[in-house]
Amino acid sequence: MIELINVSKSFTLHNQGGAVIPVMEGASLKVEPGECVALTGASGAGKSTLMRVIYGNYLAASGQVLVGGLDVAKAEPRQILTLRRKTLGYVSQFLRVVPRVPTLDVVAEPLLAVGCDRTEALEKSAELLKRLNIPERLWTLSPTTFSGGEQQRVNIACGFAHDYPAMLLDEPTASLDVQNRETVLSLIEEAKGRGAAIVGIFHDLDARERVCDREVNVADFTPELAA
Amino acid sequence: MTPLLQVKGIEKLYGARIGCADVTFDLYPGEVMGIVGESGSGKSTLLNCLAGHLVPDAGQVIFDTRANGPVDTVTMSEPERRMLSRTDWAFVHQHVRDGLRMSVSAGGNIGERLMAVGDRRYGDIRDKAIDWLGRVEIEAARVDDRPTAFSGGMQQRLQIARNLVTGPRLVFMDEPTGGLDVSVQARLLDLLRGLVREMGLSAIIVTHDLAVVRLLADRLMVMKDGHVVEAGLTDQVLDDPQHAYTQLLVSSVLQV
Repeated sequence: MIELINVSKSFTLHNQGGAVIPVMEGASLKVEPGECVALTGASGAGKSTLMRVIYGNYLAASGQVLVGGLDVAKAEPRQILTLRRKTLGYVSQFLRVVPRVPTLDVVAEPLLAVGCDRTEALEKSAELLKRLNIPERLWTLSPTTFSGGEQQRVNIACGFAHDYPAMLLDEPTASLDVQNRETVLSLIEEAKGRGAAIVGIFHDLDARERVCDREVNVADFTPELAA
Repeated sequence: MTPLLQVKGIEKLYGARIGCADVTFDLYPGEVMGIVGESGSGKSTLLNCLAGHLVPDAGQVIFDTRANGPVDTVTMSEPERRMLSRTDWAFVHQHVRDGLRMSVSAGGNIGERLMAVGDRRYGDIRDKAIDWLGRVEIEAARVDDRPTAFSGGMQQRLQIARNLVTGPRLVFMDEPTGGLDVSVQARLLDLLRGLVREMGLSAIIVTHDLAVVRLLADRLMVMKDGHVVEAGLTDQVLDDPQHAYTQLLVSSVLQV
């Protein structure tokens, strides 16, 4: 479902003397449907970078990034947009929403985008918010006013609203209490159960052991520093 | 799928100075494209060339018309182009005074566009006008008020209603949220997003506000000195800018 072949990535900082910083080299990875792969490595090793290369908001310098048969590294914007709408979900660490839109609508949005009926989308949205312990009195408010943990859970609800066949999870259990962490882990297990291919970053070791089938250390893809 | 709009090598010169040059892109149905760049970079010139307000010195603007398929709107006759700008196209101006008739009631402003495409029954026109006021969150009771009695945000929403009432397929917007306070801006953004999704609109939005394009646009074009220096998926251009100018633009945004 998700396959990376010999991917490299570098940043060119034009406004800082044109410095070129290679950050990833020879990254290869394959995730089958129903499988969850954890990215590991120290902070700054390039876990999130790798994830963004898969999502397409970082441009790969070379190599192939195949998601559901589409090479994200070379695809047209509209192909990537369709891929993101239907196939590839992403739970980032930050919630980014249009201000003043009610939480219930925020979570229903990915469903409406794939052409789901509005009533159905709102029902599914309500169900997820309930599971993630967002009190019902907050559903009509915008999540921009919520606490960090609540925002994180709204973000997760958005990511799990539509049944994406491929998912990217950037620290989905960070800043959650025990009970909510448990809910998120079971959501991940359910997604695996229906055949989703998942790439995740988990600093939470227990969570990683519970839901992940394999680990990939991104330090293996870090370019050797030229002495 | 046929692109709704194919822009090929558009160039506009002001004497020896370049307004915009060598602009080429395709826009597909349902896509929202943002154009950013500092003032004087040619964004508005380009938008006006695309919308037929300015005649480009070179290039083609091919629109997929309902009746005849793809047609170059630059070489089209004036009446044809005018008809297009009343039916399938809409233009939301930065200054509402350019897009609204200030001496005509709100309902009249919306109705005028309907009459231009041949609607004649007063009752129907008034009903549609009231329906659209509701969609842009203006009370039906204000239908007979003139735009001069509206706040800036309401005027901008009225302009949007007037433009969308005929069910256009392509909307050009020049700084639609410029000059509005942030709370009104947020409401307008949400409204626009909903309309784009429900009506399957395509839109080209010129703005200098990167936060607006991040929330509204699927794709982004960055202009400098009349040329497109970078184009791509909005979050890719903003998160991983490749061109020196885009990097400068993105890193200059103040964090709130």
